[in-house]
Amino acid sequence: MRIEARHVSFRYGERLPWVLKDRSVSLEEGERVGLTGPSGCGKSTLVRLLAGYLKPTEGEILLDGKPLPQKQVSPVQLIYQHPEKAINPRWKMKKVLQESGMYREEVMTALGIEKDWLERYPRELSGGELQRFCVARSLFQGTKFLLADEMSTMLDVITQAQIWNLMLKEVDERGLGLLVVTHNKELAKRVCTRVISLGS
Amino acid sequence: MENKAVLTVKDLSVSFHMYDRGLEQYDLSVISNLNLDVRSGEIVAVAGSSGSGKSLLAHAVMGLLPGNAKIRGEICYRGELLTQRRKEILRGKELALVPQSVSFLDPLMRVGSQVRGGRKDEGSRRAQKEIFKRFRLEEQVEKLYPFQLSGGMARRVLVSTAVLSGAEVILADEPTPGLDLEMAVEALNVFRELADEGKAVVLITHDIDLAFHVADRIAVFYAGTTVEVARASDFLEGKEALRHPYSKALWEALPQNGFRPIPGFQPYAKALPKGCLFGPRCPHKTEGCEREIPMRELRGGYVRCIHAD
Amino acid sequence: MNLAASERRISGIGKERFFLNRRARLAVWTGILFAALAGVWLAGVLIGGGQVAADFSAKGLAPSLAHPFGTDMLGRDMLIRTVKGLSVSIVVGTVASGVSAVIALIVGIAAAAGISWLDHLMNWLIDLVMGIPHTVLLILISFACGKGLKGVLIGVAVTHWTGLARIIRSEVLQIRSQQYIAVSRKLGHSGRWITVHHILPHMVPQFLIGLILLFPHAIMHESSLTFLGFGLPPEQPAIGIILSEAMKYISVGKWWLAFFPGLMLVILVLLFDRLGENLKKLLDPYSVHE
Repeated sequence: MRIEARHVSFRYGERLPWVLKDRSVSLEEGERVGLTGPSGCGKSTLVRLLAGYLKPTEGEILLDGKPLPQKQVSPVQLIYQHPEKAINPRWKMKKVLQESGMYREEVMTALGIEKDWLERYPRELSGGELQRFCVARSLFQGTKFLLADEMSTMLDVITQAQIWNLMLKEVDERGLGLLVVTHNKELAKRVCTRVISLGS
Repeated sequence: MENKAVLTVKDLSVSFHMYDRGLEQYDLSVISNLNLDVRSGEIVAVAGSSGSGKSLLAHAVMGLLPGNAKIRGEICYRGELLTQRRKEILRGKELALVPQSVSFLDPLMRVGSQVRGGRKDEGSRRAQKEIFKRFRLEEQVEKLYPFQLSGGMARRVLVSTAVLSGAEVILADEPTPGLDLEMAVEALNVFRELADEGKAVVLITHDIDLAFHVADRIAVFYAGTTVEVARASDFLEGKEALRHPYSKALWEALPQNGFRPIPGFQPYAKALPKGCLFGPRCPHKTEGCEREIPMRELRGGYVRCIHAD
Repeated sequence: MNLAASERRISGIGKERFFLNRRARLAVWTGILFAALAGVWLAGVLIGGGQVAADFSAKGLAPSLAHPFGTDMLGRDMLIRTVKGLSVSIVVGTVASGVSAVIALIVGIAAAAGISWLDHLMNWLIDLVMGIPHTVLLILISFACGKGLKGVLIGVAVTHWTGLARIIRSEVLQIRSQQYIAVSRKLGHSGRWITVHHILPHMVPQFLIGLILLFPHAIMHESSLTFLGFGLPPEQPAIGIILSEAMKYISVGKWWLAFFPGLMLVILVLLFDRLGENLKKLLDPYSVHE
């Protein structure tokens, strides 16, 4: 499978400035691509477009040549920078996994999710622990691409290394495509097979 | 000591008085026996696990903790014990915080005016334009409202605010995430210059590989306590120069140094282990580690470990 | 807060071990308030018709030990009449504010569903109901529905939901913009699933607090409607009826006919208000740990 952004541009409204202008990127299944570029060059917007969270003002996002499915489970999953915002604060962690049907032993082992975290609320877990849940719930059968938007910037280096190691193992085993937005060149070097740089 | 500390934090403990499911209440201890001092002219970087109390330390110093927080220990500014009222008087004048998120900005005030602290004179206008230029913020940015800023822009605006405040002590809470490398280095250089002018800077950060290069000393936090205070050069030198097993683990987990994490998790604040908080994850753990571990001086730094040598 | 205050706070925490903490105190208070209101309602139900029978040998008596609230011009005990009246008020209040709150919930969620024309329609509806003076609208609806209990209930129910509907709309909009909602959608969940699992649970505290705080309004409006003669029929022992009858006798010095029932009505309304405020403190996530 292959996902691509073909000449996409984006702005929030008719009169507002372009956030992203005429960009094209593509990502194959099994590929690990880094996306770097100066602050404000539209990296986050680009991954949101690719994941279908935003609709391009111009251009198109194609999955194997076809538009992204709108209403069903998306094969392209996005992992955010702030896990605490991406999880319903009133849900126990168990329910977070159940929501995506990923309340399963093997997923929890793979991402190092401890049993006693499941009965806790999000505010009772640290950012690194929450981020494991965000990764876990994105790893269901149909997932083909994972987009990580500064996924580990808010984590300390040990947690960062823990999550990346676990995640890379899963990505490799399943042959997923991975797009990593990061400012950390060393991290990109470690994690990615290819780096795309978005100039401003 | 040749240069007296401007800000000293001694045996600080912070706990939150929380409600459990029903009517039971408990104290959630988030910071325990934390020590830190900053002298004028230096940058002390604070590194450590997420949720190790780094931001809370900054909030405790600024007097920004919520009503159910309980503080023990001493926070002194120029030798004077800071009470809540003193903190409120000094806040923004002598003590400045670079907060973690834009939500600390006034949503109804234009950015430029906030950065100047409401001052309208020619001098502060010029200073503000200068710092914006330095951070590659376009002139029109000063006319925007906080919600119109992108993540990276907001971060630069927040840093500018602290720079222009003219405060003696600057606490920067994660000033770099969301900034590209060049910009992050620029922001850190600004802090370096401030320190060289004689200010004291506390730099709370996860980007420790950047912090090594600008900071003078690095304080390593774990589970709400200081486990080591080292010279920044020790981190550059490598694992052997470091003292605490947790600091060594941090060093090893960096992408450029092997990307090898130690297993396990920081203990949950509701169930802290006895004695050394790092004990459950430590390869050198012995029976002696279950007692209270004091901070001791070692090779020009400080460490909270009985096995370090 | 200065150091002295924070010390006080810390010692205050110590004290709570001996007495009760804030949440327990609030819960006890809420329980007492609820019991008091339920008690009044039950008392009203249990009082049989025989006890409010006319007794012309004891008409127009001033308050005494035998008749703490005095008796009316037909010799009926005013305490019993008042309790029965309040009981009716509580029933009217419950039904009317219950219906009102449900309307508010439906309108609020519909308005925030992300469908532009629906939002416009709902906002127009809210503005329309809000724009007409309450009492006028109440009288019109009650009159059109044939007065009586049914008229009052419908009148009060369809006029009181606007404020709560606005609150719920803005709350839903705020939750809808959260990242976890966007994530849920990408995990393949439908709008209905998201509304039921993510949004509705967030609305429970708002809904409950709104419901309780509607009570005093509903009761007051029922009474005033009845007082003006557009509400409950004269044979119903409602506070509004009692008060409007009493007006005739105020000039001849029978002050207790209006005073005690009026005072009790005010107390009832304040009790409900307190109950709502307490619930708010218990459920509001921002003050929950204080």
